[in-house]
Amino acid sequence: MTEYNFAYLDEQTKRMIRRAILKGLAIPGYQVPFASREMPMPYGWGTGGVQVSAAVLTPKDTFKVIDQGADDTTNAVSIRTFFQRTAGVATTTATSDATVIQTRHRIPEEPLHEGQILVYQVPIPEPLRFLEPRESETRKMHSLEEYGLMHVKLYEDISRHGHIATSYAYPVKVEGRYVMDPSPIPKFDNPKLGDMAAIQLFGAGREQRIYALPPYTQVVSLDFEDHPFEASKADHPCGMCGATDSYLDELIIDDAGGRMFVCSDTDYCEARQATGHKGKDAA
Amino acid sequence: MTPLLSVQGITKRYGAHIGCADVSFDLYPGEVVGIVGESGSGKSTLLNCMAGHLTPDAGQVVFDTRTDGPRDTITMSEPERRMLGRTDWAFVHQHARDGLRMGVSAGGNVGERLMAVGDRHYGDIREKATDWLGRVEIDASRVDDRPTTFSGGMQQRLQIARNLVTGPRLVFMDEPTGGLDVSVQARLLDLLRGLVRDMGLSAIIVTHDLAVVRLLADRLMVMKSGRVVEAGLTDQVLDDPQHAYSQLLVSSVLQV
Ligand SMILES: Nc1ncnc2c1ncn2[C@@H]1O[C@H](COP(=O)(O)OP(=O)(O)OP(=O)(O)O)[C@@H](O)[C@H]1O
Ligand SMILES: [Mg+2]
Ligand SMILES: [Zn+2]
Repeated sequence: MTEYNFAYLDEQTKRMIRRAILKGLAIPGYQVPFASREMPMPYGWGTGGVQVSAAVLTPKDTFKVIDQGADDTTNAVSIRTFFQRTAGVATTTATSDATVIQTRHRIPEEPLHEGQILVYQVPIPEPLRFLEPRESETRKMHSLEEYGLMHVKLYEDISRHGHIATSYAYPVKVEGRYVMDPSPIPKFDNPKLGDMAAIQLFGAGREQRIYALPPYTQVVSLDFEDHPFEASKADHPCGMCGATDSYLDELIIDDAGGRMFVCSDTDYCEARQATGHKGKDAA
Repeated sequence: MTPLLSVQGITKRYGAHIGCADVSFDLYPGEVVGIVGESGSGKSTLLNCMAGHLTPDAGQVVFDTRTDGPRDTITMSEPERRMLGRTDWAFVHQHARDGLRMGVSAGGNVGERLMAVGDRHYGDIREKATDWLGRVEIDASRVDDRPTTFSGGMQQRLQIARNLVTGPRLVFMDEPTGGLDVSVQARLLDLLRGLVRDMGLSAIIVTHDLAVVRLLADRLMVMKSGRVVEAGLTDQVLDDPQHAYSQLLVSSVLQV
């Protein structure tokens, strides 16, 4: 591990990324361009998040990685191992013990506390991209607060499906100013974005953008008066721990098409089971 | 009476080449002015300068704003100008695909300007969109269809609905009937004439087609090589052209 600088990136690169992060924190929801570096992993693996983590990690940190809520997917394990090797930081799966959590597609169920940093992996940072492919135009729309187009997307949803069918990467407005893509988290997680005690950092590697939410930022999910935002989830308790307040994955458990709903946040589910909570499918 | 739009000395060069030069005129509320001239005479350049799509090298475009009275739109801030572009101004492009979002339903296309100015009630937006489809003779049942499934004439009518839904006071049109079949053109012209009359719209219409201005325009400007060579009441200019070039144009020698 001595052949790498601490956390793989050289100090100058980390300084450049930290400057982008600070700017992002100063202008919540604003996409700050940064010079994304090659990382020894494919883009789909969250190189934006990895670079942000590399820039904020210190030797004393405890690092956790989740992929769709789970600590044990190939993706999560590789990123965790990467920083174990290159930064020598302690790692954990326990949400409350971690000081830096890198995530793909989820916000942990357990409320985060002050001093923690949540780092999101972002594939497409531009929420207006879907309807306006021209970067020059979307930049202007952000700077002039011309966000009507965002509602056109929601309008299209309702006209096609009878309700707002967007169920992840659901657009939000930050502090009444910038419209932001919260990365592909389920809209169930959207209410957690606002007023969070932890720092939230978003890194898009391929698109070379960083944005941020400082602690206790106002974040509002866009909607219509007659179609208000709803943080929906599957209407079941968790089969393993019985939780009724957590986001669930639907698993097919046998060839006969048997199904089971379990917490997508594995740490949350296991911690509940360890304290005696039991769902109907638990052995 | 204060002109709705007062254009003074508009000049636009493309490098050493003249786009349009030293054009001045006033447009009064409720008036329709036609701009005619051969291809390359500077009609679109002038229109785009007035509508804020191009920045002229010289001149003023003074618009009588609702809140602050006459303001030079060239020197006002970009956010203010873009706000005008979504509210009091409308722009109808020759090619509907330049003025529509082809990946968005007809209802979404018409509703966009409403949402841009802050409408947040889905039911109301949809109702207004449906109403406007009716006013441009598109069946309400097509409200969720994309413009890609529409004929050229329907697309053009959709573009007009999308522009007029916020009740603009000034409409810029660049060859609104260009590229359409003659019978489709006639229907569109009828529709436009009705809308202009019913809504008391002021409009500036660029066209090659003298029949279009004969039907729609109160006054006419004839352009050649970037300059206005003759201007006056439409019937006067068409029936008794004074400038040699206008005479050629009217005698249809130059018509394409
Ligand atoms: N982007 C540009 N760059 C350079 N020259 C241009 C540009 N746009 C227009 N011109 C030139 O400016 C002159 C006026 O063009 P403009 O498009 O305004 O004419 P027009 O009257 O609208 O013609 P048409 O009837 O063919 O649409 C022409 O000589 C044209 O070649
Ligand atoms: Mg033209
Ligand atoms: Zn559970």
